[in-house]
Amino acid sequence: MDETLLRSLTPSVLGILVRRGIDFAAAEDAVQDALVEAVRVWPADPPRDPLGWLTTVAWRRFLDAARADTARRRREDLVDEEPAPGPAPTVDDTLQLYFLCAHPSLTPSSAVALTLRAVGGLTTRQIANAYLVPEATMAQRISRAKRTVSGLRFDRPGDVATVLRVLYLVFNEGYSGDVDLAAEAIRLTRQLAAAIDHPEVAGLLALMLLHHARRAARTAPDGSLVPLAEQDRSRWDTRSIAEGVEILQAALARDQLGEFQAQAAIAALHADAPAAAETDWVQIVEWYDELARLTGNPVVRLNRAVAVGEADGPRAGLKALAAVDDALPRYTAVAAYLHERDGDLATAARLYAEAAQQAPNLAERDHLTRQAARLNALLRR
Amino acid sequence: MAKYLLLKHYRGTPATVNDVPMDQWTPAEISAHMQYMRDFAARLEGTGEFVDAQALAPEGTFVRYDGEGRPPVTDGPFAETKDLIAGWMVIDVDSHDRAVELAGELSAAPGAGGKPIHEWLELRPFLSEPPTITE
Repeated sequence: MDETLLRSLTPSVLGILVRRGIDFAAAEDAVQDALVEAVRVWPADPPRDPLGWLTTVAWRRFLDAARADTARRRREDLVDEEPAPGPAPTVDDTLQLYFLCAHPSLTPSSAVALTLRAVGGLTTRQIANAYLVPEATMAQRISRAKRTVSGLRFDRPGDVATVLRVLYLVFNEGYSGDVDLAAEAIRLTRQLAAAIDHPEVAGLLALMLLHHARRAARTAPDGSLVPLAEQDRSRWDTRSIAEGVEILQAALARDQLGEFQAQAAIAALHADAPAAAETDWVQIVEWYDELARLTGNPVVRLNRAVAVGEADGPRAGLKALAAVDDALPRYTAVAAYLHERDGDLATAARLYAEAAQQAPNLAERDHLTRQAARLNALLRR
Repeated sequence: MAKYLLLKHYRGTPATVNDVPMDQWTPAEISAHMQYMRDFAARLEGTGEFVDAQALAPEGTFVRYDGEGRPPVTDGPFAETKDLIAGWMVIDVDSHDRAVELAGELSAAPGAGGKPIHEWLELRPFLSEPPTITE
């Protein structure tokens, strides 16, 4: 059975239940129950109408839960047996669910967890594994998030930018458990792009596809990081690149530039170079200038300094770096790289070792330590 | 979404404000202290921020490899070791500020006289997974 296909029906079923007037939190629980039931029953007995099947089962689960609830409260059973007539699932329902799950009243980690469950159809256990926290903790995080948003109006338009930030987080952060979060983020962004025509949604989808294309080349068999310049480009996924470029070009043609389109443009320029030496760094610097103008994010200026170093030489790169806040993460690593390019190996070795101490993750720390060791070995000769 | 270790020390930190050794507390004060820790962990589970909590025995053994075919060497405790870890709590929070806030609350666990101990807790970020998008 195709679980991804099954999970792709989640927002439709949930949308139908919410439109029938069921409270969001209760509807979400009922849909999860129906998904679990489908995984159990479908392999032996696949339904002709999967969406209808899921909706019926979710509705029954809701009735059961509501009855148990009313029984507990010793009230009369007021719930009808037959499902209330409701509208068919619409693209709007899917969109509203994205807005709800990324609502600004949620913290980023809550929005991520709720999106993966209510839109993505993942189980609490799968989400807990992906973020290395106990299942009980993730269950609480999700139920708090549901309580936070359950009073909100379902039909109010939301801000697509908040949704994109959540999807970006899913793509970019998390652990490699049995759920492939990057692939899941791409699936959810693709689904969003089908529900709303927006150049930045397309931009984010392109960005994800272009980075995902490099995945096989990004780590060595021993798990160590392979920098972009040293990656075996024959291992890049050309289909994913072609799709990303096509989506990006269509988005850019609409002339409503945003940060994700600009980031995707930079990734596309890297993807376009047959070898690292053939990279169009001048154009990349121009895109970083656009990005700095769009976001004002200081990290952009740090990355720009690297690009300037490639386009105009390490001295120019160091000059660009001098204008960047030296407290930024990875500042020292960039300084080390530019000093090495400039031929100052002793300074570079010292800075690589310092950067390793500040690295926010193990793979980067190991990589930077190895760079320091490589230069120190050269210096001893 | 970042994990932090709240590290509790038996020794190796500056003196606390309410610096009465636990064996000088009343039994009720000890119970109140333990209850505070349990309540704190339960509350973090409720907010979806709890990952783990463990306490360690103060006495341990130092072990090292001693060459092919030989049993490991055991030694210690070493008198020169100033730092002694008592236990930890692991949290998963949205920001460093939130981690500091929670460490501050945990440090307020009651001690002698039912007053907060103000003990020093060490807050250490976990090294994460590398991000996918780096340029």
